[in-house]
Amino acid sequence: MTPEELAQIAEETREKRGGEGRELNVCTAAGCLSLRSDALKAALEDEVKKSGAQCRVRGVGCMGLCSQGPLVAEEPAGVMYSKATPAEAAEIVANSGGTVARKLVCSKEQPFFRRQSFLVLENSGKIDPEKIDEYIAVGGYDALVTALTEKQPNEIIQEVSKSGLRGRGGAGYPTGLKWGTVAKTMGGSKYVICNADEGDPGAFMDRSVLESDPHRVLEGMIIAGYAVGASRGYIYVRAEYPLAVKRLGIAIREARKLGLLGSQICNTKFNFDLEVRIGGGAFVCGEETALIASIEGRRGAPRPRPPYPAQSGLWDMPTLINNVETYACIPLVLRKGGEWFANIGTKKSKGTKVFALTGKVRNVGLIEVPMGVTLRQIIFEIGGGVPEGRKFKAVQTGGPSGGCIPEQFLDLPVDYESLKEVGSIMGSGGMIVMDDSACMVNVARYFMEFCMSESCGKCIPCRSGTAQMYELLSRVTGGTATMRDLELLEELCDMVANTSLCGLGQSAPNPILSTLRYFREEYVEHIEEKRCKAGVCECSAMQEVRA
Amino acid sequence: MRRHGFARDALIETLHTVQESFGCLDKESLKFVAESLRVPLSHAYGVATFYHFFTMKPPGAHTCLICMGTACYIKGAANLMKEAEAQLGVKAGETTPDGQASLITARCIGSCSVAPAVVLDGEMVGNIDGAMLKKKMEGWRAS
Repeated sequence: MTPEELAQIAEETREKRGGEGRELNVCTAAGCLSLRSDALKAALEDEVKKSGAQCRVRGVGCMGLCSQGPLVAEEPAGVMYSKATPAEAAEIVANSGGTVARKLVCSKEQPFFRRQSFLVLENSGKIDPEKIDEYIAVGGYDALVTALTEKQPNEIIQEVSKSGLRGRGGAGYPTGLKWGTVAKTMGGSKYVICNADEGDPGAFMDRSVLESDPHRVLEGMIIAGYAVGASRGYIYVRAEYPLAVKRLGIAIREARKLGLLGSQICNTKFNFDLEVRIGGGAFVCGEETALIASIEGRRGAPRPRPPYPAQSGLWDMPTLINNVETYACIPLVLRKGGEWFANIGTKKSKGTKVFALTGKVRNVGLIEVPMGVTLRQIIFEIGGGVPEGRKFKAVQTGGPSGGCIPEQFLDLPVDYESLKEVGSIMGSGGMIVMDDSACMVNVARYFMEFCMSESCGKCIPCRSGTAQMYELLSRVTGGTATMRDLELLEELCDMVANTSLCGLGQSAPNPILSTLRYFREEYVEHIEEKRCKAGVCECSAMQEVRA
Repeated sequence: MRRHGFARDALIETLHTVQESFGCLDKESLKFVAESLRVPLSHAYGVATFYHFFTMKPPGAHTCLICMGTACYIKGAANLMKEAEAQLGVKAGETTPDGQASLITARCIGSCSVAPAVVLDGEMVGNIDGAMLKKKMEGWRAS
């Protein structure tokens, strides 16, 4: 593959598409698929054939507004149809340019789309994820070919450092620094790993990226391989994401066919190949050392760090491990330059972040915003606020390792530091909005149950600490706790956070600590009045019986 | 196993394939896999029991998987679970005595946009409520 060949493929694909004019793009990512977008796509194809309309039906990736699915976008008219059904296929095909006179049309001008800025998701919903040609046509693999033929590995690392990109898995470690460490470490063979074990419940960003634009992640990984001097890579995906696994498999095969993976890529001395590894449904495997153990075919138990994987990782070799979204940023950083990327976002957090906005909010879906926008903008402008006239109560970020952020911090700019300050974390990007029908003690108990059963059992603070905390919380929700139990709970939180081996245990108390900090009165109410304001917990049910 | 070149690190991949083909992992298949990959049986057993995705019990003819992810939980997955438990007469993780139906949970199936979501016999159904779920599962036990 040479730059000229790549340009030729891009040109040919664009020509082929341009000639046909009108296009109907159907979302075939998991959200819309579960609403039967496959049947819709088939109906549209049938209808086009039957009516002989000059129109092409394509399957594309996620368009973001998942709660309005299945989504169909018409190009070049730029119209979007929401909640389309197979019965409406004829109507959609017959009326070009969005003349369908019904509520079906969904404005692209609404704040949900206008407020976002698409970097990582730039191709999501625009290209067919199962065709490499379409990715190349929008400039894909250009960064890789340019890097391999014109740049030295250390130049690439410098560019990544300049961009200020930080790990998108949640912890926010500077990516350039990590790459530099792996590149500097001597070792026989190095490895590149992509962490796609998106374990946080309520998060589906990585899934969407992999299902909508898998080549982007591959390109980022191959560039990373070149930069750090690795020749082999693994993508560790959850078993719960069969569609992502399938599309990654197709993407890898297509990339191999074009010589973008394999030996002597772009006629250089660089060899690199990738393999998909499927997880087994263990939350702890999102922790890097546990993930490495799992790839080696062992139980996913973490080990103490240092040594960090960058020094001694997979099979004791220097290993670079990054999140899906981090790799997905790389092609863009190289194409547009590190400085361009660093211009977006806040002082310490650069670029954009993809969030999965879910829970009690009108526009549920996948969004991408520059770092530094406020929670209020995300929830009320993009998300459209809390539905059914209820009141916003809290937003949960960071999954079981994060915390609940109450209303008074809604104007907080979203970046790694400020979220940490209020007792939550950026996390991988799940954002769950809760209204006044949620009981915060119950939410804390839910997360503790999660951590308790997901604890791998290797270290004691986490194994029995989470179980004890769960017991205490159950007493609170059951109405049998005393104020002494609350003290004990706080002590335990402190102990587990400070003595656990890995991130799971260290962050497990976060949901309790943050709810205790902002919603302490709810705990007290449960204990002293045996009352649950939201009416979720058992103690209030018992009171009703008594009354 | 041949596909992975009998590599020892392919244990998890191999177990996935076995479970896909036979529905669950039993003692015989674990023994066979352990011997073929030259790993101790205890190691294979340890791995099989560590990961939630693997099951040692044969599943029922029908399966109802309820997502217990945060988004689903906030939108009432607990009520769905109660409904399903009442309907099937078993608790989460169990199979009805007649082997007709299994009730299982998932940590998050990543379909939070259509929460609450369940997977019935491999088919995902989103935005579901208790009554809908009950209707969908009617006839599971009788057949």
